[in-house]
Amino acid sequence: MSNMKILMNGIIKENPTFVLLLGMCPTLGTTSSALNGMSMGLATMFVLICSNFVISALKNLIPDMVRIPAYIVVIATFVTVVQMCMEAFVPALYASLGLFIPLIVVNCIVLGRAEAFAAKNRIVPSIFDGIGMGLGFTLALTLLGAIREMLGTGKFFGFAFMPEEYGSLIFVLAPGAFIALGYLIAIVDKLRKA
Amino acid sequence: MLLSLTIICLAAGAILAGVNMYTTGPIAASKAAALQNAIRQVVPEFDNNPTEEAYKAPTSEGDSLTIYPAMKDGKFVGAAVESNTKKGFGGEIKVIAGFDPQGKLINYSVLQHSETPGLGSKMQEWFRTDKNKQSIIGRSLSNGGLSVTKDGGDVDAITAATISSRAFLDAVNRAYSAYKGGADSTSGATTKIKEEEGGDK
Repeated sequence: MSNMKILMNGIIKENPTFVLLLGMCPTLGTTSSALNGMSMGLATMFVLICSNFVISALKNLIPDMVRIPAYIVVIATFVTVVQMCMEAFVPALYASLGLFIPLIVVNCIVLGRAEAFAAKNRIVPSIFDGIGMGLGFTLALTLLGAIREMLGTGKFFGFAFMPEEYGSLIFVLAPGAFIALGYLIAIVDKLRKA
Repeated sequence: MLLSLTIICLAAGAILAGVNMYTTGPIAASKAAALQNAIRQVVPEFDNNPTEEAYKAPTSEGDSLTIYPAMKDGKFVGAAVESNTKKGFGGEIKVIAGFDPQGKLINYSVLQHSETPGLGSKMQEWFRTDKNKQSIIGRSLSNGGLSVTKDGGDVDAITAATISSRAFLDAVNRAYSAYKGGADSTSGATTKIKEEEGGDK
């Protein structure tokens, strides 16, 4: 597979949110606005790229029996780095994502790609896989966040285009996340098969 | 096997220690700046350093809150009170409220909350919007605390978020009780505390 194909694979064919249905917890929890969804996606993408790179580089040094603990340590390290940097330099974003940042450690996508791709491939394809999966996740979260924000509050990336009273509050709350995600998965599925 | 895991953990520890060292300063600085901004927002112009002169004052409920006095040309012009309540719908709510020497509420700012987005989270703006009986800015708390109309008070609660509104007003009332308690006993009953999050060194 060429690197370009690996990249597109993560964005469309095996989109982690719409096709693999991995990482549902942050998907539903952080997408109350487009900006929050996008930030969460980008944070996850950073962790994915770094962990794929390191795990691919270390794959011959890590014995099979301890590979899962070793992967988790690598992933947790990068997540903590993201968390500390976010708290230091973008405190407002840290306040709104808060709890979900440490949860990237247990995001199935990150460990899943480490195990399914990075541990079996060379460094460069692994990085491309990280970028592709990360972009797929970011796009999905941004899309879901934008839809919820538009229907719920009448805003798009914080820019109001209709009075807030016309928004339907349910889309900001958890049930709206499930409804919007369900329709999005159906639409993406239809498009993928067309 | 043991060796490789140990080495990975050591490397991870070293990286985290490095990043921690690098970010501790900015984190403390941004927290201090956020507090400074909040204080500046809720009290009149001052020329002292309220975070350095902060002291703890007891509330009527037995615990104590931090008060940041604001002085201008040596005269007391008001104080910001960092208050909290555990009665929120989603957990603790932290607000900072500013009072003038007569006990009137100057302004407030919500520091931290986990109320429902779109409902309780509106409190940041709701209680200063001048509409019906929503606004609490400029109200005097000296003759009893504030409460929502549903509880016989004269403040309009946030639509569909009465619990959050009650909790918010509770935090403000607690702030006033500490402010009053502190002002009554300036003679020495209050203990001066050192600033805990003392910036970057």
